[in-house]
Amino acid sequence: MDQTAPIESPGFYTEDMTISVGPQHPSTHGVLRFVVKTDGEVINEAIPDVGYLHRSIEKIGEKVTWHGYVPYTDRADYLAAMFANQGFCMAAEKLAGVEVTRRGEFCRAIACELNRVASHLISVGTFGQDIGAMTPFVHALRERETINNLMEEICGARLTYNYLRIGGVGYDILPETCTRITEFLDHFEPIVDEFNRLLSNNKIFIQRLAGVAVVTKEDALSYNLVGPNLRACGIKWDIRRDIPYSVYPELEFEIPVGTGQIGTLGDSYDRYWVRICELQESCKIVRQCLKMLPKGPAIAKVPRKFKPPAGECYVRVEAPRGDMGFYVVSDGSEYPYRVRIRTGSYTAMSIIDKLSKGIMLADLIALIGSLDVDAPEIDR
Amino acid sequence: MQAYIDQLIQNGYFAGMPKEVVYAIAMVLAAFIVLSVFVAPLAGVTSWLERRVWARMQSRVGPNRVGPQGILQWLADGIKNLLKEDLIPSAADAKLFSLAPYVVFMGFLCTFVVIPFGGTLIVADLNIGILYILAVTSVVVVGILMAGWASNNKWSLLGGMRSAAQIVSYEIPAGLAVLTIVFLAGTLSMQGIIQAQGWAPWDWFLFSNPFTFAAFFLYFTAALAEGNRTPFDIPEAESELVAGYVTEYSGMRFLFFFFAEWGNLYVIGAVAATLFLGGWQVPPVTSDPILLGALQFVVFFLKAYLWVFIAMWVRATLPRVRVDQLMALCWKYMVPLSFVCLLGTVSWMLAFPKGNQFFSIVMFVFGLLVLGYFFTRVLFQLRHARPELYFKPHI
Repeated sequence: MDQTAPIESPGFYTEDMTISVGPQHPSTHGVLRFVVKTDGEVINEAIPDVGYLHRSIEKIGEKVTWHGYVPYTDRADYLAAMFANQGFCMAAEKLAGVEVTRRGEFCRAIACELNRVASHLISVGTFGQDIGAMTPFVHALRERETINNLMEEICGARLTYNYLRIGGVGYDILPETCTRITEFLDHFEPIVDEFNRLLSNNKIFIQRLAGVAVVTKEDALSYNLVGPNLRACGIKWDIRRDIPYSVYPELEFEIPVGTGQIGTLGDSYDRYWVRICELQESCKIVRQCLKMLPKGPAIAKVPRKFKPPAGECYVRVEAPRGDMGFYVVSDGSEYPYRVRIRTGSYTAMSIIDKLSKGIMLADLIALIGSLDVDAPEIDR
Repeated sequence: MQAYIDQLIQNGYFAGMPKEVVYAIAMVLAAFIVLSVFVAPLAGVTSWLERRVWARMQSRVGPNRVGPQGILQWLADGIKNLLKEDLIPSAADAKLFSLAPYVVFMGFLCTFVVIPFGGTLIVADLNIGILYILAVTSVVVVGILMAGWASNNKWSLLGGMRSAAQIVSYEIPAGLAVLTIVFLAGTLSMQGIIQAQGWAPWDWFLFSNPFTFAAFFLYFTAALAEGNRTPFDIPEAESELVAGYVTEYSGMRFLFFFFAEWGNLYVIGAVAATLFLGGWQVPPVTSDPILLGALQFVVFFLKAYLWVFIAMWVRATLPRVRVDQLMALCWKYMVPLSFVCLLGTVSWMLAFPKGNQFFSIVMFVFGLLVLGYFFTRVLFQLRHARPELYFKPHI
């Protein structure tokens, strides 16, 4: 423990209290750990301690075939499994020069954006719970449950989808499922307003978040924040738009950025608000994709023994927690030579120590929630 | 009740026994009856009700397995907790650790001595009634602080310290709000305060003048904070402090804390009903004492439970405030406002020594308008929340 020097009266000193937040703490969204040094309620230092959920996903990539690795990528971030699927599939396709069928691309976009909605629902719901509002969490999970049902219809799984294949998607989206998805969107878009009335516009909620843990543009760039956390600082950077992939260039959608409408630009509320806006944007994208869904095969012809030529590539997708990168090296064999996954939550963890100086313990919980760090994505 | 025992003694029922011993036995018996017949089921059913109400608000089902609609859930929980191992951490201060739940429980239970369930249904109508309630509820903070300190756990300690700061601070606005009513009623006795009001809403102290109207909301907010209820549940904020001062407790000791919390909800409602809402006052519809007593009990119970329900509603709706915001709310807004209420009421009493019936009715109409506006808002939300979802949650 640190002993600070006596301030006023000699012989009277205060000690920082060292508390371990996690790994079994309800608000660390999995198994994160922070070693927090506090002066009463005020935090002096919060050191993230990662590695409790390490599952060697990158190493497993070297031991299984290219096709066989896709289900493993699900587990990299189980709240947004579709994006890791897509990242790896895109990397493999790029190495082998496989062209994805057009219908496959649209199916991917629909599944991904539905998955983004599900992931953001978890994010904003648990964020509300961190602040103490229990009801929005359950409402958000109720909606997510419907998405899980839809996903089950699309690909037979509710959480770790394993839907994408190299060259397309595993199962075509049936017309009945398309109607169901439209029904869900009709139902869901007003729910976002309800959610706003219940949580986002709540006075206490705003008070807790406005102006708390502000990330400046410079900090965001130097700490390599990505995704909604970066956009909340007012930087309009979205991989879907700036390094286009899949069918996103053909689609109309806004990229919501933080405006600091309540407090300061880049505060916790902005990060929350960007996610709420993205819920609506994703719904828009899904609607467009359903409308544009072309006929044709959902998957290209890819040999069962998939052997891309030797080489390396780096592919980025815009996951709900930001830029997810796959660096894949092939030596021309049946197995990838090396797979490296770069995720948004890991870099978001690094800024927590800087932001948490001088804020209160309750704000640390809000900060973790607003950055939407997700334990499986950090450790992989 | 004392009169009744006096009568029994005079009739020669306890010949040869000193009077004091008879009184003591009677008090123990009364405490036993109140505890086992009324308080335990009340706190238990409140816990079940809270879980059910909460579940419906969150479009869940809630406990519905034990007994009809799950109403006996509290019994099952109680038995389960009784059978669990009672752990005392080796690093804890064992004596204080085991004592703390009882201190909390006692602080809450003692209030039932003066809560008037009806015109004659009261354990003891102390002449310092409301002051007594304020005093014994402050004992709770000692127990919580004991629990937090004795657990020898940093989370518990943080929870205990937060609780101490919060309860001590919020006693001031609560006490001042109570004081406005004491001035109006001219007595501290709970029965006296109720008798100073009438059965009609415009005879309630709530609508007596604008300041008591404000004082009521101050009291209710401060009482929520004193009872560690959302949005002021920072001592046991589960997302921050895991469980606050109860982190290290298990089994029945753990349950005692929650027993006290849920029972306390009823005490909050009962005190609010007594001070502001005319208590058990009913229109003179019958002269049969038993029927009248039953009617008074029902009226009082409903008035008290209305506020219990509202506390549950608030808990399901609002997020939690931060520690500094909690303190700022108390010291910057509620304490000055309650002083304004106190002085305003005093000036009002100087201006209208006999009260002002006309203005009370105006205030009553105003109160109705506020209620009406509130319900239009609720209806708006209900319309837009599409209640059909709750019957068919997954499209």
